[in-house]
Amino acid sequence: MTSSLTAFKAILGKDLRTELRTMRSLPAMVLFAVTTFVIFRFGLDRTVLSGSLAGGVLWMTLLFAAILGINRIFLAEREEGGFDAIRLAPVERSTLFLAKAAALFTYLVVLELIVVPTFALFFLPHWSGLVPLIPVLAGANLGLAALGTLISSMAVNSRARDLLVPLLLLPLVVPLMIAATGASAPLLEAAGPAYDDYGTWLLVMALYDGIFCLVGYAVFEFLLED
Amino acid sequence: MTERAETAIRLRGLGRDYGDRIALDGIDLDLATGQTLLVLGPNGSGKTTLLRVLATLLRPGRGEVSVLGSELPGDSWKLRGRIGYVGHEPLLYEDLTGRENLLFHARLHGLDRDRAESRIEADLESMEMGRRADDRVSEFSAGMRQRIAICRAVLHRPDLLLLDEPDSNLDPDGRDLARRLIGPASGRTRVLVSHEPDRAGAEADRVLELAHGGTVAA
Repeated sequence: MTSSLTAFKAILGKDLRTELRTMRSLPAMVLFAVTTFVIFRFGLDRTVLSGSLAGGVLWMTLLFAAILGINRIFLAEREEGGFDAIRLAPVERSTLFLAKAAALFTYLVVLELIVVPTFALFFLPHWSGLVPLIPVLAGANLGLAALGTLISSMAVNSRARDLLVPLLLLPLVVPLMIAATGASAPLLEAAGPAYDDYGTWLLVMALYDGIFCLVGYAVFEFLLED
Repeated sequence: MTERAETAIRLRGLGRDYGDRIALDGIDLDLATGQTLLVLGPNGSGKTTLLRVLATLLRPGRGEVSVLGSELPGDSWKLRGRIGYVGHEPLLYEDLTGRENLLFHARLHGLDRDRAESRIEADLESMEMGRRADDRVSEFSAGMRQRIAICRAVLHRPDLLLLDEPDSNLDPDGRDLARRLIGPASGRTRVLVSHEPDRAGAEADRVLELAHGGTVAA
């Protein structure tokens, strides 16, 4: 068997190189998010958001932008024979899950590096809540990456892939989004960041992430069966 | 050193269905190590299904399947890495170059970078693709993709070659070059799917003729 680390690095490297070269996912995700902020800014007719409204706008936008990336994460494997190529190699199939989840996590980090400062520029009176927001973003990214990879691998063989991903993902991601907005809302208060239940929400996200990372790792082998 | 079985492929009553449709039924076969099996049959007769079962890409539905000493589907993990597969699709990423694709497959098969690069160079030269190896696959013609696919299939020096119409899209020069890597002179056990019965005498030790999933002649 090829070592899982070697295979992980090969698959992740291939995905990141392809995205850097073609820019098929990230620009669409960023454009979607920035456009949504513009719509909110004029739709709500407010230049400042705070608390739960700020958290809601931020996480709803990030979630729907993430779906664009989740939809595409296995497309090359499906259309260019990558699934067969990986199944022919002496590689644990769960390694594909880990590498794809890592690629999706990386896309989400890059998305947030652009989109969160844009959100702050559009809506926040001060940026002091952004540093404690980092662990919340990381926790949500991990959950979205694990669940998104799992759902995308199930939907990719269907012609209704674009419909199936949100249909399956959105109900399952509700607990993660509740925890993410719950942790973010006090951090984005106009008066400055507060830390009400911050630790509890982070713990909820960690539990969610742990469950879906384990489920994804355990069932992925069976999902790749013919 | 790879363990070599006396019998490379042993099938007893192999069957495989797609829903209600029977794709393979009651296939029996023994193929010795180093021999070439030519699989013939009309479209839809189960040739590709047989090859995908042997490649561990499909689970056998019924019967016993032993390939290079591994019982399928249980021991399929032992077999991966010992098979070179050329199918209808080249299994290449369009946005990577030919060389990047081969390096990716070499890494999946656990080859270290130096060994992978020297083999890739040698195989690309064998298929006369060295000059275009740094172009993206999306810029290749179907024949050029097939040449790279053949390099991919032999990169890890497999014991068993499973070849589903490997000459398709190749020009006469390409066919001659391909014979060096995947032809009888390669010294490997081969299962060759073809629509050309005249290859039987020249290239094959055994012939398996399929019709609607069953064996017509073996």
